[in-house]
This record gives sequence, C-alpha cells and structure tokens, in this order.
Amino acid sequence: MAITINGTEVPLPEDPRMSLAEFLRDGLHLTGTKIGCNQGGCGACTVLIDGQRVLSCLTLAVQAEGREVTTIEGLSSGDDLHPLQEAFIAHDGFQCGYCTPGQICAATAMLRELAEGMPSSVTGDLSRPAPLTAEEIRERMSGNLCRCGAHNGIIAAILQVAQEGAA
Amino acid sequence: MSMGKPLPHDAAPLHVSGAARYVDDIPLPANALHLAFGLSTIAHGEITAMDLSAVRAAPGVIGVWSADDLRARFGAVPDCSPSAHDEPLLADGVVKYLGHPAFLVAATSHLAARKAARLGRIDYRELPALLTVDDALAADSRFEDGPVIWQKGDASTAIAAAPHQVQGSFEVGGQEHFYLEGQVAACLPQDGGELVIHSSTQHPTEIQHKVAHAAHLPMSAVRVEVRRMGGGFGGKESQGNHLAIACALVSLETGRPAKMRYDRDDDMMITGKRHDLRILYRAGFDAEGRIAGVEFTHLMRCGWAQDLSLPVADRAMLHSDNCYFLPAIRIESHRLRTHTQSATAYRGFGGPQGMVGIERVIDHVAHAVGRDPVAVRQVNFYAPMGEGPAEAGGASPPRSTNWPPEDIFRQKKAGEIQTTPYHMPVEDFVGDAMVADLLASSDYHARRAAISDWNRNSPILKRGIALSPVKFGISFTLTHLNQAGALVHVYQDGSIQLNHGGTEMGQGLFQKVAQVVAGVFGVDAAVIRITATDTGKVPNTSATAASSGSDLNGMAARAAALTIRDRMADCLALQHQTTANTVRFEDGHVHVGAEVLGFAEAAARVYAARVSLSSTGFYATPKIIWDRKRGTGRPFLYFAYGAAVTEVVIDRLTGENRILRTDILHDTGSSLNPALDIGQVEGAYVQGAGWLTMEELVWDAKGALRTHAPSTYKIPACSDRPPVFNVRLWNRPNREDTVGRSKAVGEPPFMLGISTFLALSDAVAACGDGSVYPALDAPATPERVLAAVKRVARDV
Ligand code: FES
Ligand code: FES
Repeated sequence: MAITINGTEVPLPEDPRMSLAEFLRDGLHLTGTKIGCNQGGCGACTVLIDGQRVLSCLTLAVQAEGREVTTIEGLSSGDDLHPLQEAFIAHDGFQCGYCTPGQICAATAMLRELAEGMPSSVTGDLSRPAPLTAEEIRERMSGNLCRCGAHNGIIAAILQVAQEGAA
Repeated sequence: MSMGKPLPHDAAPLHVSGAARYVDDIPLPANALHLAFGLSTIAHGEITAMDLSAVRAAPGVIGVWSADDLRARFGAVPDCSPSAHDEPLLADGVVKYLGHPAFLVAATSHLAARKAARLGRIDYRELPALLTVDDALAADSRFEDGPVIWQKGDASTAIAAAPHQVQGSFEVGGQEHFYLEGQVAACLPQDGGELVIHSSTQHPTEIQHKVAHAAHLPMSAVRVEVRRMGGGFGGKESQGNHLAIACALVSLETGRPAKMRYDRDDDMMITGKRHDLRILYRAGFDAEGRIAGVEFTHLMRCGWAQDLSLPVADRAMLHSDNCYFLPAIRIESHRLRTHTQSATAYRGFGGPQGMVGIERVIDHVAHAVGRDPVAVRQVNFYAPMGEGPAEAGGASPPRSTNWPPEDIFRQKKAGEIQTTPYHMPVEDFVGDAMVADLLASSDYHARRAAISDWNRNSPILKRGIALSPVKFGISFTLTHLNQAGALVHVYQDGSIQLNHGGTEMGQGLFQKVAQVVAGVFGVDAAVIRITATDTGKVPNTSATAASSGSDLNGMAARAAALTIRDRMADCLALQHQTTANTVRFEDGHVHVGAEVLGFAEAAARVYAARVSLSSTGFYATPKIIWDRKRGTGRPFLYFAYGAAVTEVVIDRLTGENRILRTDILHDTGSSLNPALDIGQVEGAYVQGAGWLTMEELVWDAKGALRTHAPSTYKIPACSDRPPVFNVRLWNRPNREDTVGRSKAVGEPPFMLGISTFLALSDAVAACGDGSVYPALDAPATPERVLAAVKRVARDV
C-alpha cells in the first residue's frame, strides 16, 4: 500500500477519501502543486502519474497506489532545472506563478502525447501524426488556465523545448 | 546599469520549481485551526433564528460564532469595510446578499470546517431583494444622496445645436477577478498579545488597521507580512479583510494559530467583482464626426456595501473622455445599492467602464456619418503634445473653461493645451502619433478594405476590425494615498536588502524596484535581496493599486538608496581627501580618487568609519490636486497611452466568435523592464478582451450567482489567445519626472481589450445592409452576438 512520489516510496494516507492534491500538499508538504479550484476546472493541480498528466484534485491518493507520481518538485534535480523550467524562465512564461507548476507538468506530458502522435481537436489530418505547431500547443494547453495571461510566454517556452527535442 | 533591462521576474527560479511560497504554503504549527463561513441562502431578509447546534457538534469543530457571539465577546461586530463602516464581519440581524457570511466556524482541518459550515440552520423573514439597476432605481436605493453630476460647458445646448445627433444605451457586465490563488490569510499569535498576519493582500496596512481595530489593539501590535500573491487584479485590495479579521479573532479566542482560505465557489459567492453598469448616451456632432457635446448616464450596480464604489464610479466618470477633446460634456453617475455581492476594485478601477462608453459613442457617430471609425477618432483626438519638458512643481491651474468656445469645430494645433471634462490640461497627448504608427504597422487600412471584400463573398462567417486607443490617468484620486516608503540596508559584506510598501502579485514590481536600487549603487540587480512586504519595516503604506506600484515605491526606494550612497560617498571622499561628487558607483565598484574598491570593500570601510548604512526613503507624488465634489483639478500626475487593432470573425448562425489578430502599441515611458512590461500588456489585453466577450456573470431571479466556478465562468484560455499577437512598446521618456521616466503599466493596457468588442460590433454590422447601428451589449457572448446579428439583419 504505497505510492512512489518523486522517486521515494510513501505510505498511502489513512483516509481513502483524501485527494492526491491534498495528500501532496497537507500530507507531504509538497506545496508546489497548487489548488486553484479543487474541481477540475483550472489545471493548477496538474501532476504526472506514470508520465501522464492528471488533475490531482480529482484523483484520490489511493488511485495512485503502486504508481509513480511526479510533481513539479520532482522535475528538477537540485539546481538542475528541467528544460521546460529553463524555457519558462527564458520566455517569461508566468507572472504571479500560481499556475506555473501545473503548466509545466502539463506541458511535460503534452509533449509526449504530441510525440506519440495523439491528435487534438484542431488536428486537421487524423491519418498522420499531429504536427508540432503553436496552434496545437495552444489547444492542448487550454485546460491550464492562466489568469495573468502569460499565454504568449507559455507557448513560446513549450514550442522552443519541443523544437529542440525534435531537432 | 540595470534599469531598463529585460530581466526575468526575480522569483523566476522559485516559480518554475514550485518553491515559491504563497500564504497557503506556509507551514503552520500543528495546533492551527482552520476557518470557514456559513453563508446566507437568500438575498435579503431578517434573521429570525439561528440554530448552530449541529455545527458545534460536528467532528473537529472547536468554536462557532454568530454576530451576537462576537458582540458579546468583543463589544461589537468587527467592521471589515475599507472606509464606510458598513460591513460587519458577520451579517448582523439582516442578510444583504445571497452568500453573505452569517456565522464563523473554527475546526481542526479545512475540510472539517467547511463540512460543519453546511450544517447551520438559519430562519429568515424574507424582505424584497433589489437585484438589478432597475430595481434599485425604482426604489431609489443608492449610496450618497443622489447622482454625482460633473459638467463642462452646456452639453445639452451643444448637442441640440450640432448638425447631427445620436443616442443609445447599452449594458456592460461585471467581471470576476478569478485570481488563481483564492483569498487566504493566517494569524500567528505572539508574545504579549501581538499578532502576526500572513495575508494574500494588495493592502497590508489596511489589513493591519482593520485587524487592530477588530482586536482592540494598537496598530503597533499587529504585523502583516505579504511575500506574494497568486494574482490580485484589485480583488485583494479590500476583500481580504474578512479573512484576516476572522483569523485574528479566533486566535485571540483560542490562543491558537488560525488560517482561512475560501474555496473557489465560496470565493466567487462571497467576494465583490467589477461593477457592471448600464450606460446611456447622447451626442451631437458635425458631418465629419467631430463631437460638439456629449451626455452620459452611468447606472452602476454597487451591491450591498459601499466598499470602494464611490472612487470606482468617479474614475469611470474621469475616463469618459478617453483620448477625445469633448468641448461640452455632462456625466451623471448613479451608485446603486443592491442585494448582491459588493462590487469592488478591479484592474482599471472604473476606468474601463467609463472608456467603453465614449468608444461606443465614437463608433455610433462614425456609423451615423458613414466614416471609418478610426477617422472619427482622429478628428476628435486631443491636441498632440508640444515639445519641451514639464514645468516643475505646483499644480497647473485649470485653463480656459469659457463657454461657448469661439469655434467648436475649429482645427486643433500641436502644442495647444486642451482640457479634460474635469478641467485638467492634457499636456502629454501622444495618442495621435501612436495611432498613426500602429495603423501603419498593423496595415489597418488595407486590411479593412480586404475584410469588407471578404465579407461580401462570405455569407456565414463575417469579419470585423477595430482600433481603440487608451488614455489612462495615473495617480490615486484620493490624493493622500499618493505616498510611499521604503527601507534599504547595506550590510558590511556589501549585500543589500530592500523593502518597500508595494506588494508583489506577479507584475514584477519587486524586480523593477530592485533594478532602480541596483542602478543607484552601480551593482547587479541580483545583489539586491528583496524581502516580503512587512508593515513592521515600512509603515502606513497605500494599497498596491492604481498601477502606482513602481512609480511610488520605485521613487521611495531610490530616495533611500541615494541617502546611503551619499553617506558612503562623503565618508570615502573624506578618507581619500577628495570631494564626494567625484566618487562613482559603477559595475559593482566604487571609484574614489585613484582607487577602485569593490562594493563590499567600500561598505566595510564605511561601516568601520561608524557611518549608518541603513536608510528609509519616502516619496509623495507632486502636482496633484483634486476637488472630487466639483469634479475639477489635476487628479493625475500624467497619462499612460496605448492603442490596439483587433480583427475578429463571427459565425452569424451561432454567434460564435474568435480573435484572429491583435496588434498593440503601448506607452510605458522609458520602460524599467521591457520584458515585464510586455507581459503586463499582453496579460491585460487578454483580460480586457475576456471582460467584454466571454466572461459572463449570471444571477438568477433569487439573487444567486449561478456562475461561481470555472465550469460556468469562462476566462480566456490558451486557445483563445490571438493566433497573431504583435505587441510593441512606445519607448519614449515620460514627460513627468517619474522613476527612470517610466510610466505605470498595470491597468492601462487592460482597456486595449475594448478594441475586441468594437471589432465584434463591426462584424455584426457586416451582417446587415449598414443602415442599423449594431446594438451590442457586453459581454458579447455568442448569444448576444447572435441577438445583435438578428437585429441588424432584419433590415436587409
Ligand atoms: S485545482 Fe485541480 S483543476 Fe483546479
Ligand atoms: S501566472 Fe498567474 S495565473 Fe498564470
């Protein structure tokens, strides 16, 4: 009865009704994961489970049993930032920063989805892998709200990392 | 020199790694209590009975308080209002809106408190609820005795005498702040009855003041700390008072730390939003569209308490001219009291509401005379700024108020000084030059022609394009708020700590001020350690609002840094037998005579010579003077300008719409940090466009807000960002002596979003034969666009 969080195994919470977001924040003091709405509408609580993005406010901690959870704190190692984290700094991909951990976690998984050829609602030709365009990124990141309106920087940062990855 | 550099946000590495701490992330002692309010379920009624026994018996509950309990314990129900003393912490005998906090619960966990708060039973004797501006007008329910009226010249005569007239009215919706971090506060009781408060607030001094008042403590016994907010937008200017006061009272009652955060739904149900209003207008003009006179009536829905509604409504009046010289004008402003959330500050503070009024008038006039709205804007612009610097000091007297002017329709001349409706001379008008530049860079005229061709061949989809300019007044209209303090320490190892009264909500204020201080000492901005805003370090601060953050705090910090630098220069000059004015601070070094010292070495020497390396700094904005009752004076130190061109497309069968392209040119004076400024401009435009297009607040017939979560209240998402989005800064020095000759940037670009609304109206017009001016209300949701299309198409 354990979850692996950022590489460390931790026991599940006693209360099976506890959301993963609450467990991370209150149980483990991993406060990088933010709660913006607690009802699946804003994306601030996005984390990765086995590399896929999930809204941790809508996920029970027990659902992650035996799986690997990665939070924003687990994306970097020490001062070594993840390329997306670097790119968010370089492109000013935030203002207040409250949506940022969720944006970066979501972008990590989203780039994988794109690389795997998963289509989105703006993908024109479903017979081929979705192209790497700003339009695709805009659409795929629209579940992560940013009230400060840092969308330009967010898209630019993700596009840069995607292109470097593709190159 | 670090001023003017596009450095990233000072906390950037913390933000991207999840290490930036917000109030809810601060570890609290294990015995901390968590609070929640029980809310009213009707909009207006007398509380006849309250049964809170089930709340008290709920698991984890430590205490429950009603207004009567607070009165018994503290002698009164503490007031949370910013000025009018009309907002008791808990509904006192009467509930005045649906969502009104009626009792307070403290429990051992956030969830336990929220669950328990649902168990309260309140009996009411229902009273009639006034929900709309029509309800309030009919009942004469308002703040102040009657409408506020300001006028210049004789508008009604001017309108009647003009060759052409238009009139109309439209609705403008409110707006939820939707700061991604909701309202939150925590209180830590200290030795000797002192309190430390952490609050997500734009106004730490107000929190300190209100908490001290509620707790019967002197302000000196309450310390408020704010490191950062996850967005504010005006929603944390006064709306955080309730949470901080509740935490303080519970801490006093129980001796335990207390924290309160609103869940998103509660936040939206409880807190105030942007004022919605109805605007009625009448204008008279000549064949070219040159306006001779205009009349506005603002019917503002202020909600149940006064909060900041009076200055908000004033600022709407103050922006009813925008960039246009209006020879005769009359503005009548009704501040209506309703049984809804108490409307509050929101980015622009009424300015956007006033500005959208005149922009619609100009569009309507353009429609009436059959000209491109841009041409009508241009003929009505204020006279462009002349050459030469601003006069130093002293309020400029109001100039010509003669009526009628010799020739209303005469051509204006460059350098000529025209006055606003409130008799302030406009000395820095650059709107015409900026618009000319933007028209060229956005290829406006060619695109406008191309769009009308395209529309002729497109029966279902219709495009629209519009330009709107912005002139926004910078300064608090309550003159005494235009002051700021700062505290700078240089340590003997050469490191520098900076503190000022401004708060950080993502706008990059801390970094900008640090760049100013770094510039004074000739060191790298990274050397400056920026600390949390703290009422114990800098007292008596104003809210970080009115876009004034860097103007005020930058100047105060600069003054503090200059004091220290002068002392260092004096001391080192004496040691080197030279004069202080030859000592230079550059590139991390201090040059004294022939010697070059590292900054740390210089600091160590000055310390050893027993000279103080710490100083406060203070700034009070010069020149401003304002008579609010009569509506005359110089309320603003200067204006910030901007212009945007937006192109949209609509589907005439469904009303669905989207932005295709946006071009912006915005005036930040000599930008203190172009990267941060561009971010502010982009974000503000998106928020402004959201206000007028998709963000819709819906109350039902009982006064319940039905859009109280992101599932029902839509803010612009990444996919709504214009696919083509060109933003440039008009990087020319401010005419006034501001910090680094920069201009404030927080609010002005919000109003660039008005161009989106006008572009939608243009697209709607293309659905008809052009004979009907499209009556479009805001927000222009698909439903409203569709309704407007039906109205114009009827006449085809
Ligand atoms: S907090 Fe999980 S989606 Fe908003
Ligand atoms: S940076 Fe503030 S919400 Fe995105």
